[in-house]
Amino acid sequence: MNPTLDKLLGGKQGAIGLAVLAALILVVFPLLLDAFRLNMVGKYLTYAFVAVGLVLCWGYGGILSLGQGIFFGLGGYCMAMFLKLEASDPESTKIQSTPGIPDFMDWNQITELPMLWQPFHSFGFTLLAVIAVPVLLALVIGLTMFKRRVGDVYFSIVTQAIALILTVLIIGQQGYTGGVNGITDLKTLMGWDIRTDEAKLILYFVSAFLLFGCILLARFIIASKLGRLLLAMRDKEERVRFSGYDVASFKIFVFCVGAAFSAIGGAMFTLQVGFMSPSFVGIVPSIEMVIFAAVGGRLSLLGAVYGALLVNFGKTYFSESFPELWLYLMGGLFIAVVMYFPNGLAGLWDSHGKRWLTRIKPKANAPVKTEPVAKPVAKAAPTPELETTP
Amino acid sequence: MSPNPAGFQMPKPVLAIEGLTVSFDGFKAVDDLNLYIDRNEVRVVIGPNGAGKTTVLDLICGKTKATAGSIQFENRELTKMREFDIVRAGVGRKFQNPSIYENLTVFENLEMSYPKGRKVFGALFFKRSQAVIERVEQVATEIMLGEHLHMQADLLSHGQKQWLEIGMLLMQDPQLLMLDEPVAGMSVSERVATAELLKRISQGRSVLVIEHDMEFVKSIAHKVTVLHQGKVLAEGSMDAVQSNPKVIEVYLGH
Amino acid sequence: MEWLSEFGAIAAMQGFNGLSVFCVLLLMALGLAIIFGQMGVINMAHGEFLTIGAYTTFVVSSLTEQYAPAFGPYYFFFAIVLSFLIAGAIGWLVEWAMISKLYQRPLDTLLATWGLSLVMQQTFRSIFGAREVSATLPEWLMGSWNPTETIDIPRNGLFVMGLTILLTAIIFLMLYRSRWGLQVRATMQNRVMSRAVGINTKRVDRMTFALGCGVAGVAGAAFTTIGSTGPTAGSLYIVDTFLVVVFGGAASLFGTIASAFSIAQAQSIMEFFMSGSMAKVLTLSAVILILMMRPQGLFSIKVRK
Repeated sequence: MNPTLDKLLGGKQGAIGLAVLAALILVVFPLLLDAFRLNMVGKYLTYAFVAVGLVLCWGYGGILSLGQGIFFGLGGYCMAMFLKLEASDPESTKIQSTPGIPDFMDWNQITELPMLWQPFHSFGFTLLAVIAVPVLLALVIGLTMFKRRVGDVYFSIVTQAIALILTVLIIGQQGYTGGVNGITDLKTLMGWDIRTDEAKLILYFVSAFLLFGCILLARFIIASKLGRLLLAMRDKEERVRFSGYDVASFKIFVFCVGAAFSAIGGAMFTLQVGFMSPSFVGIVPSIEMVIFAAVGGRLSLLGAVYGALLVNFGKTYFSESFPELWLYLMGGLFIAVVMYFPNGLAGLWDSHGKRWLTRIKPKANAPVKTEPVAKPVAKAAPTPELETTP
Repeated sequence: MSPNPAGFQMPKPVLAIEGLTVSFDGFKAVDDLNLYIDRNEVRVVIGPNGAGKTTVLDLICGKTKATAGSIQFENRELTKMREFDIVRAGVGRKFQNPSIYENLTVFENLEMSYPKGRKVFGALFFKRSQAVIERVEQVATEIMLGEHLHMQADLLSHGQKQWLEIGMLLMQDPQLLMLDEPVAGMSVSERVATAELLKRISQGRSVLVIEHDMEFVKSIAHKVTVLHQGKVLAEGSMDAVQSNPKVIEVYLGH
Repeated sequence: MEWLSEFGAIAAMQGFNGLSVFCVLLLMALGLAIIFGQMGVINMAHGEFLTIGAYTTFVVSSLTEQYAPAFGPYYFFFAIVLSFLIAGAIGWLVEWAMISKLYQRPLDTLLATWGLSLVMQQTFRSIFGAREVSATLPEWLMGSWNPTETIDIPRNGLFVMGLTILLTAIIFLMLYRSRWGLQVRATMQNRVMSRAVGINTKRVDRMTFALGCGVAGVAGAAFTTIGSTGPTAGSLYIVDTFLVVVFGGAASLFGTIASAFSIAQAQSIMEFFMSGSMAKVLTLSAVILILMMRPQGLFSIKVRK
């Protein structure tokens, strides 16, 4: 196989894992689920973007951001602003005292579209902003924090505080942001009605393909020298620094990539669900996104997708049927995963599925061609997808 | 402040430390230190615990910032530079405890120090070219680990880990090599081999060693500097230093 | 000169407002200053220990009302002690079952204690319901104190202030003047050495954590005098509380006090000029910006590593 392709797929085993997930998401779900349920899965998949980014930042980079909701939200809001402007053309908003501006602005006695909103008339600008705004923020946070070498715990607390600030800001400035309700009643994307079942099906596939794109990109990063450096930094940061590497720049890079993934997820969320609100930005959603990655296995990209799907299936099921049980379960999940299964589902799969797995595992051992063998913080076997011809 | 008069005839030192001082809350761990190291020289710094030996290395490689004084390395002022720039300028440093990537192989450990792909996008698109492989194999042979290229590093003996870390520094081809207790925890035969290794690799570069083992120091040092309470107590050949009454006082007096 | 006295009255009450916010922040932060500042443990469930204290006070208040109305004026002191004991005991259990197994993994502690906080919130909800409850305040805590005709200072605020000062003083004495405090500080600085000189570091950890939780319980009891209690009452402020401790320089009690004071004053002064939410946004942003410039917090010591 072509070595670059091989790298992307993560060897034979990685390719199988990817194929299974692709079959599940691209074939099984669309065939089995009705439009409503499939749209729900599509929503879960947007969380998977965040979880995949967290595997990079947290699992590999060792930096736990408790503010991924910030980037998810910013991406989502950028998209929502574009859609809202399209939904607020003067014709459909003629009953307002100021037609042509979003309804919530009108309710808040704003008579002119704010400067900040103006560029979101352009779809090109919006697409750019979806990625650029969150990444720029991540860059600023990363530059100030990692260059100063703040500890990992400290970083977590500060990102959490930023998530809080952003939520309070969005809720407080309701004339500009739609406040606690968020930006709602989104209708069309450049004339294309996104509320129909057919549009939702298409958007589901767009999400899925983008997600696989992110996974492949993440795999490429992990398989590169940069990926190895990240793992090396987690254990021996000093050694890496005194081998001539600017440790901070690598952390900033993965943090920005994680932010970009989250932002894409956020934008796809807005498109599929039809609104964006501060409840996807703050502390609680941000930390829940971490649990998706933790349940899936913090070192496993595919695990992160399964984690996001499973936890959200669970959340939907339990909060519909046994609402009071859900928080116990969610809390228990946090505790259990952290204390007893630090490598999540991927770790369990690896330790229990091993016997079954060894039969199809390739025995190839090219002496020079090597892949990083990730050793998690807490001792446990490497995750299946990483386990490629060491 | 000038080096000793003889210094005028000697080539310019590779490393010139002058008036170096660092204080932690008033405690001066290194106090107005002067130190000059020439090319091809193996210099050993000895001294009792807390004399400031490791702190000097920390200061040179930028891990600790100096309160006052200068460190000139090939005409570049290191005290103002960031750690990784100091490394890129040609200073390599081995830590007291072998600091290697335990879960990577010997090959990968050495490859990590290959001075290409050091920036984000460089690392992202770094390719293991034939040149890299050859360089790694060459260094591995030098540090006597040519047979163990594909062994996971945590399976190496303690002494081999020390060599591996030295090898990681050699990958960068540094002009100044700083080794903090390179033979700690080594067997006698490993010590002899390490002394040989140091003699080989000091060709064309300068080596600064901190060591407690006097036998080993004797076998490698061109010149010995004795540090005490952050200051140079004595400097010269091993014999001269050993018979220096002030040094005897410090080592045996307390 | 009437406007002057009126201005004075506004200034006094505004100042008192700032002091109240300061006391609330400090009360919340004190327990965390012990647990996070001294031990370095990230306890995201800290807010729930506050809630435990609040609910304990509520229960004691209801029971008193029902069975021993004569005891009414004094029940509060009993409630404070009981809040301390119950929150402390639960803290002791949590340290034993969870925290002690995660000391080497601070980020995991953070996640696990977040899980704990969810479980505790749901437990509160199951026991006390989702609605907010209030303790019946004794007579002497109600109404206000009027030093002049125009100045109106609520008594419960004064009480909280007094309690804050008392609690801070006790913690200061314990940490810096008692043998136990010496052991705590020794353990945090050098665990191995402390063990070598005969300190039972495990016991010190457990007691320290329990004490921090107990202090949170007392803070919770104090909060019932100024607001009602719901299942998520404590968790709402957890991030602010962490910021107070981090901003002050984690290992310094004095820093925590100074930081609570400056954050509270900044916020209440800004609230005078703008909406509450913007004041909060600006205050927190300023704190974050300063922290980015000075990650070690306001007060810290340079140490040789």
